[in-house]
Amino acid sequence: MDRHAEYVLRTVEERGVRFVRLWFTDVVGAMKSFSITPAELENALVDGMSFDGSAIEGYTRIQEADMLAVPDPNTFEMLPWRGDDAPVARMFCDVRHLDGSEFHGDPRTVLKQNLERARERDYRFFVAPEMEYFYFKDEHSTVPLDDAGFFDLTTQDISSELRMQTILTLEAMGIPVEYSFHENGPSQHEIDLRYTDALSMADNVMTFRLAVKEVALANGVHATFMPKPIAGAFGSGMHTHLSLFQGDTNAFHDTSDEYGLSKTGKAFIAGLLHHAREITAVTNQTVNSYKRLVAGMEAPVYVSWARNNRSALVRVPLPKRQNLEATRIEYRAPDPACNPYLAFSLILAAGLRGIDEGYELSAEATNNIFEMTDAERHAADISILPTSLDEALDLMEGSSLVREALGEHVFEYFLRNKRNEWDDYKVQVTPWELTRFLGNL
Amino acid sequence: MNPILVFPDPPPPQLAQLLDLGDHMWKAVGNSSIAMAQAPEGGWAGAIICADVDPEGAFGLCRLLRKGDAPVEGVLLLISGSQLAELEHREDLFDDFCLTPFHPAELEARIRHVQFRAGRGARPAAITTYSGLEINTETYQAAVDGRPLDLTYMEYELLRFLVTNPGKVFTREQLLSRVWGYDYYGGARTVDVHVRRLRAKLGEEQANLIQTVRSVGYRFGQSRWSKTVS
Repeated sequence: MDRHAEYVLRTVEERGVRFVRLWFTDVVGAMKSFSITPAELENALVDGMSFDGSAIEGYTRIQEADMLAVPDPNTFEMLPWRGDDAPVARMFCDVRHLDGSEFHGDPRTVLKQNLERARERDYRFFVAPEMEYFYFKDEHSTVPLDDAGFFDLTTQDISSELRMQTILTLEAMGIPVEYSFHENGPSQHEIDLRYTDALSMADNVMTFRLAVKEVALANGVHATFMPKPIAGAFGSGMHTHLSLFQGDTNAFHDTSDEYGLSKTGKAFIAGLLHHAREITAVTNQTVNSYKRLVAGMEAPVYVSWARNNRSALVRVPLPKRQNLEATRIEYRAPDPACNPYLAFSLILAAGLRGIDEGYELSAEATNNIFEMTDAERHAADISILPTSLDEALDLMEGSSLVREALGEHVFEYFLRNKRNEWDDYKVQVTPWELTRFLGNL
Repeated sequence: MNPILVFPDPPPPQLAQLLDLGDHMWKAVGNSSIAMAQAPEGGWAGAIICADVDPEGAFGLCRLLRKGDAPVEGVLLLISGSQLAELEHREDLFDDFCLTPFHPAELEARIRHVQFRAGRGARPAAITTYSGLEINTETYQAAVDGRPLDLTYMEYELLRFLVTNPGKVFTREQLLSRVWGYDYYGGARTVDVHVRRLRAKLGEEQANLIQTVRSVGYRFGQSRWSKTVS
């Protein structure tokens, strides 16, 4: 047993931990968990714990139901919201076959494989997402907390208090926060996480969603990562800052370039833009995601890049003069309802493809793009992100890059699962249609 | 910590130099009565006795140290090869010996060994405290003002390393090699990420215990050179 595992055993004993939750993620990004007692822990750390995988979205067929959850001792954390009376801790797991071999339906394994491809090229991938979400009074309506008339001041305080509690919870779990603020929408908040390696960050995003919801629940309100809960208000995105490091060198940075971007950085952006339409089904995986990706709402629509244009798909933030090494790029399509393991996998794969193939970066977008007609944009070879889950799935299905990066198992399952979601949705008759047509048709 | 007794006074220069380089606290004595008179409260933390110049005085001092009310443990004898026969029947007077001229690395290893056997010196204290922060290296637990800190293994190792080396500035590369080990893949950013995580867990009041030294690295606690007011 390695020293990390020994440390976990020791801590569980010293802190009187009653239960250890083993966390993993299904293909569509829902967190799954089962608890073990400290008595089982050593066994779990050495051999993994078996569980029935047939009930997990996208895992196995009935005839090969049993899977193994192997906890990663590096991810051992106490759950602050469980209190000190009967402490509960958690670890993220890699899911394996019973014989211990890699299981390709596990999103965490998929991300590890993609990071390994980067590592073969001596790259290390760092990400920092900006997490947006809404607070509502409950989960059945979209009544915001800070839009309550003459109690404005008090209720706004509640919502800021929730955010502060959330940040303290995150920091206690080793998830440092860089900024946080009230967003544009009513009761909409943003918490920006400080960069770390992509695997830890995918774990962090999973933890973040749970922590936000736990804190909200403890205060009798509901938090949601639904991309577009209120028509007419801005949706919730997960703008993701990206950087590649080669040793201690920022591979995106070049002091002599007018944008501060290296050849590698430009090729990465080119790759991301080239494959953006193919990976959107994963970075924006719900029917509702496409209600956010519309013009005029600070969401990206056109496949373009710019230094300072909040509607561009890729933004290159200007690094502060004293910190040129902070060169990074911001991918603005993803929303917080995505599966972070798969989304980071595809963003990385698209960028690496650009580097491998030496893609040329197109010119920076100017504001004109947004004033052009569709025909003009077409002539200028500026494409548009898919406008529905249906279209996004078609683009994904034709993408060898996505198939390769996700692996056959996840690729097939994801398409099947999301086609079902679209089929369910397309037969719905919406309130909008009733209002619009029932009376006058 | 109490000093180690060294005989004679002055000791051979190579020995004095080795003791200083090894960060040992020591005090030279010229004879038994001075050794008695200057014994610190709690007794000598050990003794290094050179027997090659004045064997009689040396063995006399050993006997005094061993047969008193509070026998000194961790007595190391330095003798020349021609004196080996003199050790016969004196086995109770010393814990280990080293031949002169000594090899510095060997002597240092023997000093650490007898100190360890005597339960002093080289073995680090189980609990290290610094400004409200407490680390227990036996239970792997850390606490701030009595509140337990929930750390991952690497966070714990980084904090332990920093707390046991307060005031010193370490580069990211040094921390990476001393805390993570040379085989770690990832580069200096790993250190930044973990420092930021540690600060988050230490909480607002203690976060600045780990200070960023611009364009160098990190330092735990006050600089060694600044005057602290406690």
